[in-house]
Amino acid sequence: MKNTTTSEITKCYHCGEQCDNKSIAIDDKIFCCNGCKVVFEILSENNLCTYYDLENNPGNTNTTPLFKEKFSFLDDHSVAAELLEFSDNGISKVTFYIPSMHCSSCIWLLEKLYRLNPYITNSRVNFVKKEVSVTFRDREISLRKIAELLTSIGYEPQINLSDLEKKHQVHSHKKLYAKLALAGFAFGNSMLFSIPDYIDFSAGLTQNFKTVFSVLNILLSVPVLFYSASDFFISSYKGLRKKILNIDVPIAIGILALMLRSLFEVLSQSGGGYFDSFNGLIFFLLLGRLFQEKTYATMSFERDYKSYFPASVTVIENDIQSVIPVSKINIGDTILLRNQELIPADALLLSDSASIDYSFVTGESEIVEKHKNEMLYAGGRLSGSNIQIKIIKKVSQSYLTKLWNNDIFQKNKKQNLSELSDKVAQYFTIAVLLIASVSGGYWMTIDWKIAINVISSVLIVACPCALALSIPFSFGNALRIFGKNKFYLKNIQTIERIKSINHIVFDKTGTLTWKQKPEITFSQKLSNDEQKWVKTLAQNSVHPLSRYLFDHLDVETSGDIKDFVEISGKGMLARIDDHEVQLGSASWLDHDEILRDNKASNVHVAIDGNYKGYFSIVNSYRPGLRSILKTLGSKYKIALISGDNSREKEIFEKIFEDQGIEGTIKFNQSPYDKQAYVLRLQAAGDRTLMIGDGLNDAGALKQSDLGISISEDINAFSPACDAIIDASQFKKIPMFLKYAETSYNIVIVSFILSFLYNIIGLYFAVSGSLSPLIAAVLMPLSSISVVAFSTISTRLIAKKTGL
Amino acid sequence: MLIGASILVAIGFLIAFLVSVKRGQFDDQHTPAIRMLFDDSSNENKSKPTN
Repeated sequence: MKNTTTSEITKCYHCGEQCDNKSIAIDDKIFCCNGCKVVFEILSENNLCTYYDLENNPGNTNTTPLFKEKFSFLDDHSVAAELLEFSDNGISKVTFYIPSMHCSSCIWLLEKLYRLNPYITNSRVNFVKKEVSVTFRDREISLRKIAELLTSIGYEPQINLSDLEKKHQVHSHKKLYAKLALAGFAFGNSMLFSIPDYIDFSAGLTQNFKTVFSVLNILLSVPVLFYSASDFFISSYKGLRKKILNIDVPIAIGILALMLRSLFEVLSQSGGGYFDSFNGLIFFLLLGRLFQEKTYATMSFERDYKSYFPASVTVIENDIQSVIPVSKINIGDTILLRNQELIPADALLLSDSASIDYSFVTGESEIVEKHKNEMLYAGGRLSGSNIQIKIIKKVSQSYLTKLWNNDIFQKNKKQNLSELSDKVAQYFTIAVLLIASVSGGYWMTIDWKIAINVISSVLIVACPCALALSIPFSFGNALRIFGKNKFYLKNIQTIERIKSINHIVFDKTGTLTWKQKPEITFSQKLSNDEQKWVKTLAQNSVHPLSRYLFDHLDVETSGDIKDFVEISGKGMLARIDDHEVQLGSASWLDHDEILRDNKASNVHVAIDGNYKGYFSIVNSYRPGLRSILKTLGSKYKIALISGDNSREKEIFEKIFEDQGIEGTIKFNQSPYDKQAYVLRLQAAGDRTLMIGDGLNDAGALKQSDLGISISEDINAFSPACDAIIDASQFKKIPMFLKYAETSYNIVIVSFILSFLYNIIGLYFAVSGSLSPLIAAVLMPLSSISVVAFSTISTRLIAKKTGL
Repeated sequence: MLIGASILVAIGFLIAFLVSVKRGQFDDQHTPAIRMLFDDSSNENKSKPTN
């Protein structure tokens, strides 16, 4: 490999990453790493270079190099059978989830897989879901080969435990589309048939025609009643059984009254009925449903530990390595773990020592040293050379995974219906029934026919159609606006819950601090050469602190390195350019000059036996942290609970004090402690919002009234939660909370608006003068104006707040 | 007569729509829009990318 130094910024031809001093060139194209070069070679051999024409630098930065056995578990027949969607007569179909898919070039290439391998007959991409469905001849090419092929061109499929255990639930709107189509169809046609009732054509139209139209209207409306409107009846029935008057109850009553009244009018030949209003009503209501049910197909809000864990592990039995799915691990198995792999279940360490990164589980950012026969908890990530472990607990019974056996994960925490509209619906239903009976009672004394007429009119007009539409449209719009700002909510009920929050709980590691870029400072001064040696030494270690140092030092590396020794957990030593360079912990250097009050995250340097000082590596905080805490602190109670050690406690106490926040700060909290803490707050009557990132927050996120998970990469895994926020949008959190509240107020206003319409309608109804014409005008008018109001106002306010 | 005809036509469209929904035409509304922009014939002759 030739090392070239380029001073100007060169971008990798494949992935567009900035090339550092190790770039490789072919012809006139520069690649940042060998991985990118290899992908380019594969593509150019197969005449697939159009890939590069469609978009500039479309490739993916090559991730961890593939080790040979990674996908060998796909050779296992039971695993393959779980994954295959279809397999018959030598033709099979499989769908892979490919998180790295991101542009049109990706689609192009992934649909050209057949050019890379003749036994792949077809591949289709669903870009929104980031899935590719591959049809292949399974006698000639194995599932494993396909996975390896995808990986070799930079699209590694993600296969994990939950894929193997259950098929993805395909949530589609097919049924809703069908119901909507039927209602729309009936609406349009019945409107046409009702026109003769409104405009007096009687000169030209005979009674026969009117009867034909009425019969056609009935024929159109009956399927709408039984198919399209079925959801409202089912939902109100369910609500009534639980003794809850939800919003669907008055809707169902209104629909029924409308239908019965119309049927009665037609049969008694006293009028044309309200069929057009009926169909229109259902059509609008279903539209609202469709609008609110938009969800983010690529994101999963219901992940548990299974999504995090790898699908396969390497088992060693009688010195033979074989790869098996994680679900088949038994107690007593010996497992080989490679660098950066997760420990799948609680185990004992068989190798002499290992460095485990538990930040994933506990939030503790420091690497933990383990020695032979010590216990390793599931969820830790190995950082360093390969180790062997012996499993002592099943995957589902391990320390971490037991969290998911807790009740909170078993039940759905909130009922599906909107709390606000249900609360309103309760009073609304009672009020409507009261008005209907009072006015009916009054007319009863005069004429029972008018009384029945009035009662049914009241029930029809009071049908809270506009009311039911205001929530889907205001919140649905807000949801989209949040989505545009990379704040993804699970559903519209989440917005409503934001409003009631009064206590915000933060996690520290990964939430308030920035994992990728720690702040690095050196205690004294290093010369250029010395920096070069340190960087060279750091390059040879996989320890995270070494990696940080390597990224931090902006010098070249030296090629001349000899006698490299690394003692895991201590440090390393080597001869570079004929100087002895020593890097590592205080105990490794064992030098008099090292201060007593030492921190574990300090990396000390000695060159030729002379102590040079230390690098202090501190987590850096997310930009805007202080101002966010200040804004939120003025309105909400704030708490900080971290799984990390209390090293940074003082810093945060200072920040809290500076911003005038009286908040709780707790360190050394286990995942269970976090959940228990949230539970205690709730018991004290607080409504909590938990913001966290890791698996260690999963319990607290789920327990909390609202759990927001923060993620550097939206498509990467995040724990089960109500909302996912892109880390770059962290500073907008106060704005999001405020906007959610504003949209709540918009809903209230549109409620009032729809009440006004109801009152006008009720005036006609009570006085016994509701004609089908008034109903036909009033109902769509109220619905449309409420929809227009909520849509326009949510957008305007979003623009004003800068979202 | 005309009314009957108009209804039949409308029903025809309704059925066509329902069938298309059932066959999954509305499952993915994004990818096909990009897919149709790809130029299939040109890439066979090109061995080297132009950039």
